[in-house]
Amino acid sequence: MNINRLAMNRRRLLVGAGAGALAAIATRPAAAALRLEITQGNPQPMPIALPEFVAGAPAEAEVARNVTSIISGNLQRSGLFAPINPAAFTEKITNSDTVPRFADWRVINAQALVTGRITKQPDGRLKAEFRLWDVFAGQQLDGKQYFTTTDNSRRIAHIISDAIYQTLTGEKGYFDSRIVFVDETGPKERRIKRLAIMDQDGVGTRYLTRGDDLVLTPRFNPSSQEITYMSYGQSDPRVYLLNIETGQREIVGNFPGMTFAPRFSADGQRIIMSLQQGANSNLFVMDLRSKQTTRLTDTPAIDTGPCYSPDGKYICFESDRGGSQQIYVMPATGGPAQRISFGEGNHSTPVWSPRGDFIAFTGQAKGQFSIGVLKPDGSGERLLTSGYHNEGPTFAPNGRVLMFFRDLGQGPSLFTIDVTGRNELKIPTPSLASDPAWSPLLS
Amino acid sequence: MIEIGNILRGVRIAAVLGMGLAISACANQVADSNTPGTSAAGAATPGSQQDFVVNVGDRVFFESDSTELTATSRATLDKQAQWLTAHGQYRFTVEGHADERGTREYNIALGARRSQAARDYLISRGIQASRMKTISYGKERPVAVCNDISCWSQNRRAVTVLNAGS
Repeated sequence: MNINRLAMNRRRLLVGAGAGALAAIATRPAAAALRLEITQGNPQPMPIALPEFVAGAPAEAEVARNVTSIISGNLQRSGLFAPINPAAFTEKITNSDTVPRFADWRVINAQALVTGRITKQPDGRLKAEFRLWDVFAGQQLDGKQYFTTTDNSRRIAHIISDAIYQTLTGEKGYFDSRIVFVDETGPKERRIKRLAIMDQDGVGTRYLTRGDDLVLTPRFNPSSQEITYMSYGQSDPRVYLLNIETGQREIVGNFPGMTFAPRFSADGQRIIMSLQQGANSNLFVMDLRSKQTTRLTDTPAIDTGPCYSPDGKYICFESDRGGSQQIYVMPATGGPAQRISFGEGNHSTPVWSPRGDFIAFTGQAKGQFSIGVLKPDGSGERLLTSGYHNEGPTFAPNGRVLMFFRDLGQGPSLFTIDVTGRNELKIPTPSLASDPAWSPLLS
Repeated sequence: MIEIGNILRGVRIAAVLGMGLAISACANQVADSNTPGTSAAGAATPGSQQDFVVNVGDRVFFESDSTELTATSRATLDKQAQWLTAHGQYRFTVEGHADERGTREYNIALGARRSQAARDYLISRGIQASRMKTISYGKERPVAVCNDISCWSQNRRAVTVLNAGS
């Protein structure tokens, strides 16, 4: 069955807009019949079929193959989907505008099916289309098309992955996002550290600094293409701001000593950080527009690792004011701080989930370093992974996955784990890697 | 619906990363403190940097997660203070370091506390604060690189580094 004439016209109209929804081919409106519950304890991965996207012309075959493969990889790594081996497919999709033979996909137990097409446009851009099908209901659940330049096909694959994830789980995805991290080379006592950025799947690493200066703890601005990080430059170690679009770099604030452990507020307008003052470290915030700085804590202690709640009302941080490193929560304007971590051992590097439901941390007990989560009220502490040595969690934009670094003695590497504690995966990097920070969704 | 602007943003990022690489930063000017003097004890010229490292001792060590100066550390700092008093031409930096068994941010603060403890002690022995700077490297610059106690104890240190050219 060919797509009807009206739908064709609508799609043509959408070309100028750059992206749009593909009209459903099925006559009935799609019911949200196929839904993966990801809040359950141990969901079975959903079998999904991803036949290779159709190439509009032989020249687009490689891009079509790559886009399909990236989508399949994303969905598989999420742990929520089980892409079916293409060798089992009996229907060959040659036209993504036709309704698939659902019986052929039911027989291999595919619950969801994704078809798509990559076509080069007369102006040189790529058009990427996909349709997501509920195989058992025989309905189209989603259909969209995107236009982009040819060098941008990875992003289209990530965006399509997010659309599939969102339709099937009811939650936003996290695939169209990036990781900034510290690339490490050279011997441990003379480690060269460079800021690097890559796609969330570990592909496309690019370097943002050359390695002349020691750089640590990069963090994304949630609302723009900026990174804040600590660097040992020509003078004292300081918190810096780097615009990754222009390459411009500046020192944050005019503080009379070492600043470290920076993080942006959720609106991207402020940077919160530690300032060393003699033997103590206290929390300060700088408004990026007015450049005004405000002291938030004044204690004879090490207050560091500050992080805003997503609504901007609270700050969590670590402090040894009670004798050992523990997590505290206080109002964003300062004031009384409540200790919230009471589990075994020390708790540090707190980071608030973008969903607001958890604070992740590095736990230290009995010589082991764990990645854990607890609720902002301190209840429900759970360790997700333990060993020597795990450190520095960062949340995916949807709050479902954490990335952290692990050093078993051979140098650090990056890993992800679901907040449920399942699905631990190593993320490939060109060399040793530490201090990951997850960007927000790019689109 | 995905806006075209967002899709294109990735392209702009890719295009400017090359500029990021072009940021040229000067080489780290902090003197190498990781290699103590290697000459035989006593062979160094009196008053030289080598003399300070070999015959006085440029570093003190700390207990795990502690910033307290031990009796041994205080004795070393007493010798440093005597030497620095006799050789008033030197300015110097006290570097604080931590072992790897702590999180990055906390160790930066811990190293700062250790450098501060050594600095305060030297001041109490009559050294002018204006001759000194402090810096913390946290766990970033270990001297011993195994994963056991023999290395950790060497890495928890405050090192007095005479500034080159002073």
